[in-house]
Amino acid sequence: MSKEYRTLKTEIHLPYELAYGATWTRFFEGLKEMKIFGTKCKKCERVLVPARSFCPRCFVDTDEWVEVKQEGTLVAWCYTNYRYFGMPTEPPFIGALIRLDGTDVNLLHLLGGFDLGDFANTVKIVKNGMKLKAVWSEERKGHIMDIRYFKPL
Amino acid sequence: MGRAVAIIGVGQTRHGRRMDVSYPDLVREAVLRVFEDTGLSPRDIDGVVSGTMPSMMEGIALTHFYFSEAMQAVGKPILKTETCGSTGVSIAHTAYYWVASGLADLVLAVGHEKMNEGNSQATMTTVVEPFYQRYFISGAPGVFSMQSQMWTARYGIPEDKIRDAAAFISVTHHDSAFDNPYAHVKIKVTAEDVKTARVITYPIRLLDVCPNSDGACAVIFASEKMAKKIGRKAAWVKGVGYRGEEYFFGDSDKVVWESAIQAARQAYDQAGIKNPRKELDVAEVYNPFTYQEMLFYECFGFCDFGTSPDLVLKGTFSRKGSLPCDPSGGTLCTNPIGATGLIRVAEAAMQVTGKAGDHQVPGAKLALAHAMGGVDQFNGIMILGSKL
Repeated sequence: MSKEYRTLKTEIHLPYELAYGATWTRFFEGLKEMKIFGTKCKKCERVLVPARSFCPRCFVDTDEWVEVKQEGTLVAWCYTNYRYFGMPTEPPFIGALIRLDGTDVNLLHLLGGFDLGDFANTVKIVKNGMKLKAVWSEERKGHIMDIRYFKPL
Repeated sequence: MGRAVAIIGVGQTRHGRRMDVSYPDLVREAVLRVFEDTGLSPRDIDGVVSGTMPSMMEGIALTHFYFSEAMQAVGKPILKTETCGSTGVSIAHTAYYWVASGLADLVLAVGHEKMNEGNSQATMTTVVEPFYQRYFISGAPGVFSMQSQMWTARYGIPEDKIRDAAAFISVTHHDSAFDNPYAHVKIKVTAEDVKTARVITYPIRLLDVCPNSDGACAVIFASEKMAKKIGRKAAWVKGVGYRGEEYFFGDSDKVVWESAIQAARQAYDQAGIKNPRKELDVAEVYNPFTYQEMLFYECFGFCDFGTSPDLVLKGTFSRKGSLPCDPSGGTLCTNPIGATGLIRVAEAAMQVTGKAGDHQVPGAKLALAHAMGGVDQFNGIMILGSKL
């Protein structure tokens, strides 16, 4: 194992253009207006957020649109303070599963609105089951980060 | 169940940081070992199944073409199965189905990965939904931390207890890795080391997490007729189970985790297992994270929900306990992802054929192998027994 063998350093850069389709276009247009939309399945009656074109369990079209509440409950969270190549969000951040009031699935987004730099303080603040509210970005582009984060109420 | 199918031989590379070999040569190392183990030659093989994590891991697409010579698959039917972390178990299932169907008598299954050649966490992030979810998931540790956090909160497991139990698992698996000649991470760690290691994603610390490994594993599946003709001690496939759930993380519960529960149930039903903790002699549970390993014990019916940390601390799942789990040191000490699930299958086969060497569980007759894939989306199980 003492011998060092050669390595080839190489890279792949590929641009993509991903189509949102009608349902997700409408969802993201809603974010621009500071509205969060879900769709309701007429078979299982679950409200799915973000909006879906079909129910992932019943496999039927979900064409009933519902504007959902911007408040909800913390279901799970994870504090990240490490970095890897291509990480899209600047650490430290808290990824969280949030059950918005009146919906039937958990929305994945960020927790914020307090000092994340101090981890000891974070553990004191963040509790499963705590109530949260969406905080919007000032400039909205029809992107998931139009919601800056959810802050404790 | 189709025709009876047996595993008649296995081959593993020395896993680790393997910048001493090219990727095809690494694959070849495992393939040569399975032929050496079985005494078979490539001309005996009817078909080849292979698989990796997403091809972005090493930046080369369609790796089953890249390795066709290394796997000695030239001139044979070849399949690729790719299910993220559960790839290895899916490869085993594909080979099993092929032989069980009656359309092949000998199938070579090969899993491989060279994680040190790319960026594993960036690769895994590309598995995540691009419009809504990718921004909030910090690689694999982020997903598994959130799941562990949700589990411990739901059952009110005290933080010091879960921390002690996770440290116990880390210490015992790192000790076991010294008895496995193929294992990657061989370091002596204490409970104190684990509990004070650097936080990766709270509550998970460095020694709760698997390494990035390079490695390959090859396994030969045989029909009953061929297994008897070859006449080697065989590990018989007693049951297989596989389940998926919704792609969106948040659409399904990851604590009472249906894909894990139902995959195990399907395999137990086929194998006639009613009480897994009593009837299984050993389990190779896919355990890239200490906390998640405990949740799998609960989903697989080894114990009730919320109770695994107590049993871990009692030694129930240790090498001398009533159901030893991951006597190889498991995924926690060795994780070349596309090979990892197949390594679980190979280790289970070695156990029930009495060939596991220094980490043999004495007298093991019935073993479970498992792997999980995607953003907590898929679970696969294979049960192997010493008797037809």
